[in-house]
Amino acid sequence: MPVKHVLRPSQYAILLGVMLSASVGDSFLKRGMEQVGAVNLRHLGLLWHALFNPYVDIGIVLLIGFFSLYTTALSWADLTFVMPATAFGYVVIALMGRFWLHEHLSLWRWLGILLIVAAVGFVAGGPSRTGHPELDRMDAGIGR
Amino acid sequence: MSSSPLHVWSAILFVATLAVLGEVMIAAGMRQLGDLDELRSRRGLGGTIAAVLTNSRFVVGALCMALNFFSMLFALSIANLSLAGPAIAALTYIGNAVAARFFLREHVDRRRWLATLCVVLGVILLSR
Repeated sequence: MPVKHVLRPSQYAILLGVMLSASVGDSFLKRGMEQVGAVNLRHLGLLWHALFNPYVDIGIVLLIGFFSLYTTALSWADLTFVMPATAFGYVVIALMGRFWLHEHLSLWRWLGILLIVAAVGFVAGGPSRTGHPELDRMDAGIGR
Repeated sequence: MSSSPLHVWSAILFVATLAVLGEVMIAAGMRQLGDLDELRSRRGLGGTIAAVLTNSRFVVGALCMALNFFSMLFALSIANLSLAGPAIAALTYIGNAVAARFFLREHVDRRRWLATLCVVLGVILLSR
């Protein structure tokens, strides 16, 4: 039987952080790399130069934050619960493009946004952690 | 692009496999450690970071994710971003759901399969 767990407000905040940090971090990296220029095998030195770009630095900090929040979320929620939360980042990027950068969103893209929002709704209504308690306890005993 | 479709799809499959392996190993490591908030209250922040960084499953998962990053660069050098991006994301989401069901023993019910399918279709539509 699956075990049901109720999320605390702080855990919802962590999921929100997972959703926002990756997409906003990617946007900062993109902005920074546009300023740095195209990197290829002949211009690998630009990667070192990129580390001194403030947008790239903010992007790296946000992506480190994303990885910390993501691993924290996986310590109390299933992978199949956290996955749609990370997918919601695609929606954030698309909406940032529409309302911040004034990009055109086609009908297909709005449909894609709707599907990902529906996916988040589907898993949010279910338990965050499932599994077999006995096996988990045995598992936790290994390697401690 | 001069690479054959077999070459391109092999690279895409390789990148997605590394991503699934990395995410499943990290999830297995985190499940083994338990709630990090509780762990931090017992061992402090330094102890929690040490516990995570010395967990073998987490380390293997992180290495897979690092390899995934570099193999992604290779895949993008032989395949179009508009093909490789959504294909890798979609395969990773499906692979994660299957691996979570069989390796992490998660209860992937109809609701979660439906959510995975919605994410896969949504990612493909967003890339159009």
